[in-house]
Amino acid sequence: MSARAISDLVVPQGGQSVWLVTLSAAAMGFLAVFALALAVSAAGLARGWSAQLAQTATIRISAPPAEIEQQIAIVLDVLRTTPGITEARLLGEEEQGALLEAWLGPDLPLDVLPLPRLIELTETAEGPDRQGLRLRLSAEAPGAVYDDHTRWRRPLVQAAARMQVLAVVALGLIGLVMSAVITLAASASLASNGQVVAVLRLVGARDRFIARAFVRSISRRAFLGATAGTLAALALFWALPDLGGPLEPVAGFGFRGRSWLLPLLIPPLATVLAWLASLATAYHVLRRVT
Amino acid sequence: MILFQDVTHDYGGGPLFQGVSLKLEAGSFHFLTGPSGAGKSTFLKLCYGELLPSSGSVSIMGTDLRTMSRDQLAAARQRVGIVHQDCRFLDHLGVAQNVALPMTATERPLPESDLEDLLSWVGLADRAAALPPTLSGGERQRAALARAVIVAPNLLLADEPTGNLDWEMSQRLLLLMVELNRMGTAVLIATHDLNLIRFAKAHVNARVLRIAGRKLAVAGSDL
Repeated sequence: MSARAISDLVVPQGGQSVWLVTLSAAAMGFLAVFALALAVSAAGLARGWSAQLAQTATIRISAPPAEIEQQIAIVLDVLRTTPGITEARLLGEEEQGALLEAWLGPDLPLDVLPLPRLIELTETAEGPDRQGLRLRLSAEAPGAVYDDHTRWRRPLVQAAARMQVLAVVALGLIGLVMSAVITLAASASLASNGQVVAVLRLVGARDRFIARAFVRSISRRAFLGATAGTLAALALFWALPDLGGPLEPVAGFGFRGRSWLLPLLIPPLATVLAWLASLATAYHVLRRVT
Repeated sequence: MILFQDVTHDYGGGPLFQGVSLKLEAGSFHFLTGPSGAGKSTFLKLCYGELLPSSGSVSIMGTDLRTMSRDQLAAARQRVGIVHQDCRFLDHLGVAQNVALPMTATERPLPESDLEDLLSWVGLADRAAALPPTLSGGERQRAALARAVIVAPNLLLADEPTGNLDWEMSQRLLLLMVELNRMGTAVLIATHDLNLIRFAKAHVNARVLRIAGRKLAVAGSDL
């Protein structure tokens, strides 16, 4: 029998500490998937909001019905002669209705409501001289208001970034708690297997062999536990209903496309964490035991 | 091989023995006798570094125990076969795995046939897969002796190795130790059994040490 095989055998496979490692790794793996989903979703939201709102702007024109068409024509003319704008498109009434429908329902009487008209702009990467554009619009079409979405975009992107930080902190805490639990479990395992340590010392086993025996046992349990927890959480995410539609930006909590592969990193990472924590603990304990 | 220089050991209630000086040469054969509680087991534990002396020094293979690193002590123990009075096994491993432990735990190769031969020699071939708690006292001692000699040690330390054995098996195991001694292994056996000492003296030039009254002395030639 090889030394590696015997090192797998010398530590009894039962005991409370072994189950403590397995269960804590499973729980941490499960929670880590949720934290990771939060991080991935927040990153996706930040990217999505940023991309959707960047290089776009809206001009809202409010004017009495008799003047509205004239003001629209003036604004479109101003925009055609403004550098930094690649496209200016007047939204039709149906499009405006669709935008409002998501918030106010399908039965909105658009024809009797004095709604402002909207012009959607697509800008170059540098964008127009926004201050100059605002001044020109206020002079030539007083009912037109230029909105570059900054006041919407900034807090949304900031919120998404904070969610990402929160998720990373949660992942860090999960790792920390798991390390602490495994450190305790490794100490308990070494203490409860004093006879094993004594016999191995008696036959001339070096600390490296003894530590390896315990570390392999604990790491294997951590891997099994973390795999079970991760798979359980992934199954839960897989079963979540896809809300999609207009709620997609806020309802899309979870994984999309290749991000489904990210949770598969959790079991090996948990194993490395368990390996490091149990190795440090084993050497620390063995140094104190003659 | 083992050098005691003015060694005193004290568990806290006064010295168990004091001023002990002794040199165990390579290839020597010693018995250690004395009344219960005189310190025979303690003496053996000092020989393989499980205990450190309260004063004086103990050297194993030329190195003082106090200056040995943990790896050096482990390396020294790889050259020492130890038969403990309470045998000390890994109870969840079978007899064969326990006997092979000194080799596998120190990452040395062990031919399967050697292990089988040794188990046959100590009469445990049919108990190779048995767990230690299911063994009789005699079987445990035989397994412990097999585990101690499997590394072909430079030094064999045995604490009452035949205490639970019948006379025939005691003789057989003693002859195994005599055979090892002829191949160069130094042997130190702590025992109460004077018949065993007399039997050994018929086969090997053995010295008998006696611990009594806190002193270690060479016993009389009448043994």
